[in-house]
Amino acid sequence: MTDVFDVIIIGSGPAGLTAGIYTSRADLKTLLLAGEKWGGQLQLTTLVENFPGFPEGIQGPDLMANMRKQAEKFGVEVKDESVKEVDFGEKPFKVNGYSARSVIIATGAEFNWLGLPSEQRLIGKGVSSCATCDAAFFRSKKVIVVGGGDAAMEEALVLAKFAGEVTVVHRRDSFRASKIMQERVLSHPKIKVKWNTEIAQITGEEKVEGVIFKNGEKMPVDGVFVAIGHNPATEVFKNKVELDEKGFIVKILKNGFNMMTSVPGVFVAGDVHDHFFKQAITAAGYGCGAALEAEKWLSGLTV
Amino acid sequence: MVGVATLHLTKNNFDEKIKSGVALVDFWAQWCGPCRMAGPVIDELAEEYKDKLAVAKVDVDSEPEVAEKFGVMSIPTVILFKDGQEVGRQIGFAGKAGYVQLLQKAGIQ
Repeated sequence: MTDVFDVIIIGSGPAGLTAGIYTSRADLKTLLLAGEKWGGQLQLTTLVENFPGFPEGIQGPDLMANMRKQAEKFGVEVKDESVKEVDFGEKPFKVNGYSARSVIIATGAEFNWLGLPSEQRLIGKGVSSCATCDAAFFRSKKVIVVGGGDAAMEEALVLAKFAGEVTVVHRRDSFRASKIMQERVLSHPKIKVKWNTEIAQITGEEKVEGVIFKNGEKMPVDGVFVAIGHNPATEVFKNKVELDEKGFIVKILKNGFNMMTSVPGVFVAGDVHDHFFKQAITAAGYGCGAALEAEKWLSGLTV
Repeated sequence: MVGVATLHLTKNNFDEKIKSGVALVDFWAQWCGPCRMAGPVIDELAEEYKDKLAVAKVDVDSEPEVAEKFGVMSIPTVILFKDGQEVGRQIGFAGKAGYVQLLQKAGIQ
């Protein structure tokens, strides 16, 4: 394939798809590499209540399907392909062998597991990363949710609809989740919280039977739901663009550009560079910004 | 969302439909985002492998007994059966490549 795209967007969460809506409407020939698991973190959520424009809320997977449909409608070519290789060393840039005059990196963040061998062995046998997917299998059972952010609160609330008892296990003495989500969890009759607690081991052979905490205490449970946050998905960009010590992509603010990486013509949007907000709506906003800047940069190229 | 080539299984027809030959069964539910990503991929496989195996779906919402029988506790889960016996299992959406690999491990090209 010798076609050169104006823009290749890597990632298909709110940042990538919003960028695609803007670049395609600017008449830029756009390829969006969505990854095989497209749609980003919202694919694992239920009701999204804080995305403006949906007063009754919208299901996360529906929101992402809508964004994708909207991007495709304006001509974005979307491929469910994961990016394995990039070359930003010469122009046109290369991504998985496709060529483009500019790139927008919007790969978001990857799920963090606890990192216990017992956890990996029991995934799908009581250990889960997705309460929305799996809560119904834990009807009347005892489950643990690990974490203290909004994602953990949502997991706990979804599970509380099915499970008999939900315990949120958090390593600190307060949650970082939004106040409204914290209050829903803390006031829920089925949800308890264990503060300053970490899991050392998950027990069970064929399926989860319990956990052992770091203080040696044991607790019998049927399910462990992990929601301890995400790390930027930047493995493939190491030594290609500048990353910070935590692996986030660094923006270089110069020549009036706000969304450019250390490589001119390569832009960034969303959670892959965002330490601070990590919201669907900010990711979408960054996607819009990156698209407008890619357009500006490309027009400068041809002048 | 569901292709015509794909068979829907219930507790009443499950054993009958998988007892001979090779069957790839996708356990899913409407409210599960990754299942909705997997759905079209499973439909594609149903078309591509239609001469070699049966591809079927179990909606765990309406068929909890079937999910329970096979110890499904996380969806999407895809189980590969040969003459009624489980020969492989993929938990979580693994992309098309993951499902093709599951088939290859069982000797299906």
